[in-house]
Order: sequence, then C-alpha cells, then structure tokens
Amino acid sequence: MGLLYAVAHLSFRRYSTYRAATLAGIFTNCVFGVIICFTYIAVWEQNPTAGGYDVTDALTYVWLGQAMLMTVAMWSGGATDELAGRIRSGDVALDLHRPVSLLGWYLASDLGRAVYHLLSRGVAPTIVGSLLFDLRYPPDVLTWLVFALSVALAVTVSFGVRMLVSASAFWLLDDTGVKQLAAVCATFFSGLTVPLVLFPGWTREVASLLPWASYLQVPADLWLGKLTGLDVLAALGFQAIWTVILLWACHGALILANRKVVVQGG
Amino acid sequence: MASSLSAVGWNIRAYLLLARMWIRVSMTYRASFVTLTVGQFFITGLDYVGIAIMFSNVDTLAGFSFSEVAFLYGGSALCLGLADLVLGNIERLGTRIRMGTFDVMLVRPVSVFVQMCADEFALRRLGRITQAAGVFAWSITALDIDWTASRVAMLPYLVATGTVIFLAIFTLGAAVQFWTAESSELANAFTYGGSTLAHFPLTIYPREGIKALTFVIPLGFVNWYPSLFILDKPDPLGLPPAIQFAGPIAAALLSVLAAIVWRRGTRRYQSTGS
Repeated sequence: MGLLYAVAHLSFRRYSTYRAATLAGIFTNCVFGVIICFTYIAVWEQNPTAGGYDVTDALTYVWLGQAMLMTVAMWSGGATDELAGRIRSGDVALDLHRPVSLLGWYLASDLGRAVYHLLSRGVAPTIVGSLLFDLRYPPDVLTWLVFALSVALAVTVSFGVRMLVSASAFWLLDDTGVKQLAAVCATFFSGLTVPLVLFPGWTREVASLLPWASYLQVPADLWLGKLTGLDVLAALGFQAIWTVILLWACHGALILANRKVVVQGG
Repeated sequence: MASSLSAVGWNIRAYLLLARMWIRVSMTYRASFVTLTVGQFFITGLDYVGIAIMFSNVDTLAGFSFSEVAFLYGGSALCLGLADLVLGNIERLGTRIRMGTFDVMLVRPVSVFVQMCADEFALRRLGRITQAAGVFAWSITALDIDWTASRVAMLPYLVATGTVIFLAIFTLGAAVQFWTAESSELANAFTYGGSTLAHFPLTIYPREGIKALTFVIPLGFVNWYPSLFILDKPDPLGLPPAIQFAGPIAAALLSVLAAIVWRRGTRRYQSTGS
C-alpha cells in the first residue's frame, strides 16, 4: 500500500511540473465552457424542461463536463498510454516481472494523475464558470461526499476502459485505431457532446447502461440532486459494478498477455 | 521580383514533395490508414449527431432551423478540415522545439514554415473533410431558398475565406509556441473552439460577443457573414451589408499578423541543445 501511494504521489508531482500546459488547458476548457453554455441557453430557451433539466442544471452540467474531461482522461492519455508504448518497445517485459501487480501500479499512477487534473483542470474552470453564469451546487455535505465518491469511481471505470485499450497492443502492436474508437465512444456516450438526458427514446436508456455513463452523466446527476434516496445507491452501484467488471477484464487480459509475451535477448 | 516568384514556386514544390513523401509513408500501413480515415469521419460526424439530438428537443435554435444550422456547421467544419489538412501539424512546433528536432529543419534548404506545414502530412484528414462536405451539400439541397447566381457564388467565397482565416489562426497558435513551447493547447481554443462556435448562429451570443467575433477575432467572417447573405437573415448588429463581403480583408489582415508573429518567433528562437 505504501508503495502504491508513493507511485500515485510521484505521478501527481510529475503532471504538476507542466504549469504552462496546465494554464493553457484551463483557458481552453473555459473557452469551450462559455461556447457550450450559450448554445445550451438557446436550447433551453426554446424548451425550458428539455431532458428534465432546467437552464441552471444545463449550465452547471457544461462546467461539470469541462471539469471531468481531463479528470477521467476522456480522450485517453495518462498512465495507460505509457503501457501501449512500453508494449511496443518491449519494456513491458520489465513491468511484468516487478514484484508488484502491474494493474495496481498503473491504477495508482493514474489516480495520482486524476487527482492533479481534478484540482487544476477540474476546479479552475468550474470557478470561472461560476463567476460567469448562475450555477447549482450540492445542497449538503452528504451530496458533496457522494459526488466525490462518484468521481473516484468515474476515474476507475475510465481507467479500466483505457487499460483494456492499451492492452490490445499486446495483440495488435499498434493501439492507435482502438484508442481513437474508444475516445469517440467516451466523448459521445459519456454525455460530453450532449447530455444523455437529451437523447431521444430508447437511445437514452441504452446509453445510460454503458460504462461511459459513469464518466459524466452519473456524477453530474448526483451533483445536481437529480437522484435521491435509493437511486443514489443505485447510481454508485452502477459505477462500482462497471469498475469491478472492467478491472477483472484487465486482470484477465494481462494474464493472457503474460502467456503470450516472448522476452528476447539474454 | 522574378527571384521571389521562383522562391514561392520552389516552396510550393517543396511542400508538395514533402506531403507526397508522408502520404507514401502512411500508405505503407494501409489498414491503419483506412481505419483512421474512417475514424475521423465518425469523430466529427458525432458532433453533427449531437446537433441533431439537440433538435430532437427543439424546433429552432435562436430562430434557425435544423437545415440552416447544418449549413453553418458544414461550412465551419469544412473550412477547419481544409486548413487542418494543409498545415494541421504545425501545432507540433512546441514538441519539436522541446525534442530538439526543430533544429534539423533550420539547416535544410526549405523554408521552416513550409516544412512545419507539411510535417507528417495526414491524408486521413480527408475523412473529416468528406463528412463536413457531405453535411454542407445536404444542407444546401435541404434549404428552402432561391439559389440566385450571387448566392451560388457566395459558396466558394465562404469556403475560401473561412479556410484562410483558419490557416492564419493555426499559424498564430503555433508561432506563440516559440515563446511558450508547452502551450499547444492554447491554440485549440481558437481553432477547434472557433469552429465549434461557428457551428451555431452567432445570435445566441450577447451583442458584445458578436462584435468581438467581428472586429477582434474575426471568426464571424468564416461562415456567419456569408451565411447571413445566403440564408437572407437580418444582421443582429445591423451593420451595413458590405460587411458580408469584407471576409477577404479580415482574412488578409489576420494572415499578415500571423506572418509577422511567425517571423519574429523564428528570429528569436534559440536552440535548447548543448
């Protein structure tokens, strides 16, 4: 446990080195946030109850989306990207022989990254958004705690998906195509393109069952207080089930890969 | 004059040679090329699906119908796609500076700008262009307007000025990296951000916003002003109609600015190497 904490801590420090990049990223998040807000204002002006949201919900959702974008590494990036590179170069042979679980190592590293991105790329645009627009906030401490837990689960679900994508490099050698497909799915089915609540008919039900719903729609609905009582537990349970399924799949993929890898040289 | 003309000719030839080289490289991995091209088609396509989903909840957006917004979206995405094809990888300047591989470009007998534009020229971006052009073409057939000669002539005008404006913005965004090598994401706010903004009628923004997008960052000239003419919509700012034809002036001014910043950047560049 101490070792994994050290890995996460070092990963946090590593990402916090690039200050100019972080500032540039925050600026870009804010610009997109403002653009999308005005688009949503126009939508909710026409239909004030679209998707069961009011305009304040919709605008809050925009900034939560900008905050989660980097935190869950929507477009990949983070520790899992290094794995694909190390598979291609063969360095992964070293990782597989370390006396520590490869999955645990990468998860710790990605959590360290996520905490950094949440505190920088997550919090800063939200503050800017709250200064520019009238937003909604969790009403009580419990909702804040539930939201925090949901964000943590969002990161682990996203880690599981990204880890599987990177592990595909064991078989495909190049994960660029799969990674692109995964980024498309994440952007669209997380509700970043448009909130899942706006999806028409059955497409909304289906999208709400996919793992990507954990990235943004579920944490946002918890923040906005759209879920109460047992529905809160069901939402967290949904994220937890996907976390377990995906981490188990990663574990299985790595066992298969371990059998497949041939270490060259002597 | 003759020598500067031949220099331009040589630069264009060099660009085409470099681009052809990168196309041949990408064709080596043909399956990967096809997947990535199709992928690009769908990635940008989902933006459009997003707009369609919005319209499943509303009939009009700020007084614009679905086919009218599709026209704005198609025009903006097409201009961005074309500019991205021509010099999209110029944004990697910062990475090249940090890696020290920019120095190699300085000693080659071809303009650094041309080399950066053609760097890893990605023909797969045709996927995105095809998608945008498809939506643009569909919206033109779906729009209920009288296609007079002047309206038809306005279409290539829109695509040309819009593309030049994005070319200049890409160049500016890259040139800034001579000062801050890590800031490549800053440019995204203006390129992809600018294109996203132009997907929708500018009437959704406050008046000050529209003014800024006309006189400060001339993104309004990408497709908004030509579209006002084509779609026969009133100008929310009530500016004289001549503004709808002022795109080339805005594009030229922005290009000159981009050229100046790029030149200053290359002059001040000092290698990081030892």
